[in-house]
Amino acid sequence: MQFQAFLVKYAEIGVKGNNRGMFEDALLRQIRHALRPVEGKFQVLKTSGRIYVQAESAFDYEEAVGALKRVFGVSAVCPLKQVEDRGPEDLYRQVVSYMDQVYENKNLTFKVECRRARKNYPLHSQELNAKLGEVILDAFPEIRVDVHHPDVLLRVEIREKINLYSEEIPGPGGMPVGTNGKAMLLLSGGIDSPVAGYRIAKRGVKIDAVYFHAPPYTSERAKQKVVDLARLVARYSGPIALHVVNFTDVQLYIYDKCPHDQLTIIMRRYMMKIAEHIAKETDCLGLITGESIGQVASQTMQSLAVTNEVCTLPVYRPLIGMDKQEIVELSQEIGTFETSIQPFEDCCTIFVAKHPVTRPTLKSIQKSEARLDSHMEELVETAIATAERIWVE
Amino acid sequence: MEAYLDNSATTMVFDSVKDIMVRTMTTDFGNPSSLHTKGMEAERYVKTAREAVARQLKAEEKEIVFTSGGTEANNMALIGAALANRRRGNHVITTGIEHASVLSPVRFLEEQGFRVTYLPVDERGVVRMDALEEALDEETILVSVMYVNNEIGSVQPVAEIARRVHEKNPEILFHVDAIQAFGKYVIRPKREGIDLLSVSGHKIHGPKGSGFLYIRDRAKVRPLILGGGQQKGMRSGTENVPGIAGLGEAVTEIYRNHEERTEALYRRKERFAEGLSRMEDVRINGPRGREGAPHIVSASFAGIRAEVMLHALEDAGVYVSSGSACSSQHNKSYSATLTGIGLAKELLDCTVRFSFSIFTTEEEIDYALEVLGRLVPALRKYRRN
Repeated sequence: MQFQAFLVKYAEIGVKGNNRGMFEDALLRQIRHALRPVEGKFQVLKTSGRIYVQAESAFDYEEAVGALKRVFGVSAVCPLKQVEDRGPEDLYRQVVSYMDQVYENKNLTFKVECRRARKNYPLHSQELNAKLGEVILDAFPEIRVDVHHPDVLLRVEIREKINLYSEEIPGPGGMPVGTNGKAMLLLSGGIDSPVAGYRIAKRGVKIDAVYFHAPPYTSERAKQKVVDLARLVARYSGPIALHVVNFTDVQLYIYDKCPHDQLTIIMRRYMMKIAEHIAKETDCLGLITGESIGQVASQTMQSLAVTNEVCTLPVYRPLIGMDKQEIVELSQEIGTFETSIQPFEDCCTIFVAKHPVTRPTLKSIQKSEARLDSHMEELVETAIATAERIWVE
Repeated sequence: MEAYLDNSATTMVFDSVKDIMVRTMTTDFGNPSSLHTKGMEAERYVKTAREAVARQLKAEEKEIVFTSGGTEANNMALIGAALANRRRGNHVITTGIEHASVLSPVRFLEEQGFRVTYLPVDERGVVRMDALEEALDEETILVSVMYVNNEIGSVQPVAEIARRVHEKNPEILFHVDAIQAFGKYVIRPKREGIDLLSVSGHKIHGPKGSGFLYIRDRAKVRPLILGGGQQKGMRSGTENVPGIAGLGEAVTEIYRNHEERTEALYRRKERFAEGLSRMEDVRINGPRGREGAPHIVSASFAGIRAEVMLHALEDAGVYVSSGSACSSQHNKSYSATLTGIGLAKELLDCTVRFSFSIFTTEEEIDYALEVLGRLVPALRKYRRN
């Protein structure tokens, strides 16, 4: 059967009190945005606390469901059959035909659950449940009723029109993007940072991103890979402003002046500083990184503490307690893994020492950084001023 | 200023190639198989190209099969010839320094039960004749050797190899991958004893997606692409008329004033190599001077990763390849050619290929040298610890 409409169920935003309207509007906006590239014309409506997507032309079903499944705030997508109310007799026929078309194999158990939003309907919900169950049993000899654990739970909602649905395709949950401010993601070409951006966006946060480019040590292809990753994250988070910072001179100056086993940690402090600067300029309320405790030398507890010290904005690290394998699985699930593993060097690895410090102290790092004079400030300013902004959607 | 020194990766098309291709895509866009005049017009372009190729090789027109490029020509030569001659034996010989478009089909043949011998090369990248003699046996049906190596420009003595192969057994088919050699050397397959010869269009200022395989009339090759029976059944599919017409034009153009152009190419190569040899800790790989191909210089810059060098050069408008362009993006393992000539391990990752064309100017050479002179010391300052 070709469905022409979907009921979009949402979870958490239902409980947000006075903000509910704002959350629903954000969800509508995100759904419309997600459907824009899908083949077909759609109308997205909010009526009496429910969100419906109606196809107004022929459309690609798989593509539409795929798009709706990616919208944060959606708890489930229900393909829906809407019928006009032409009295109970007509409804019986419609219900039988629905079951017939949706379930090829009738060897299953079912239950009918009716709701009357319109109380003037001639039958009560209980009467309808019983009556509809009966006509379905009559129509299909193999089918059985199970009121406790049915294979198919057929919902019948008597509203302006009558809604029939029985399938629930799970959505990602979370909250609609745009309901919780904006944060700046430090996006490298790796596996972790896109997943981190995804996790925070899932809480309704709009994402911008910063990438540190180090030509000629990193290539244009490495940069293209990051743009591609941003585009994959944007499928969930909506458009991303990607700031590409040329980091080469900062990095080389650190190399010139500081002990080589501290390069990575000092470099990361400067990345955080620059990211925070751009974040503040663009109204971001926090930074996001893909760090996870102990994954590499620069992500030990000591290193994280030293890196964190340069920022005043909160730094969100949604992967902090996850194992690599869990992160890999998530990245496969959201579709960023294949792009992440393309083998291009990123700027964190180009000068990495054989034995970088794993337990840096703030004191020792600050002492090394003291060797970076006002020239460093100029380099940082230039890096910020020359950052390229790429709009990714 | 720009200097495009990556002509072994691909070349800019001749103006006349572009013009003829535009014509075959606009006014003369017919399908050669159509019976009407539009079809005949298109067929004429294909015929003209076939004549041009045959004339250049001193071969028969029927010995030329147009393909989608060098890779398809190599696939067809190896797989097609091995399958067609399976009854005579199951041994194939090639070298350890072939391009992936030869090595991959050869590995496919191994999977199909053929026995394959990979000949080693000496420090100049030239096949060892004693190893060839030793490898040839009663079962050998096919020998495949590249004319010019794409990474270091070493030149194989193909006529000598052909002589030894056919002395052993005149039935053995001798295939030459001439993708980097055609246009640089005058190749006459019959004179040199070559049975199968692969050529690519875009290395000689022709279009990408074009190439041909020369198949000596006595050689049996099974077609790999089956369908409507075009090109006498050897390669089905509507002919790529723009590609074929462009290729024919490029073949004619590339050999115009051949001797002068080759001389000029060598002079530029020598000028470049001289400039490099004045730099500290730079090693030029493969054969020197005129022993090697006129358009390829492979050099190792100790302490500078090739990828970094490439991007730094690019920043100054100088375009080169790290290792070999075909393998540098997809394959992280070390080049068999560079290891084959015994290059030190620490230099493998520091090797850059510069390749020239007849359009490369002395100014470009000097500019590239000037940029290198600046970059080499600067890049050496920053190393991975």
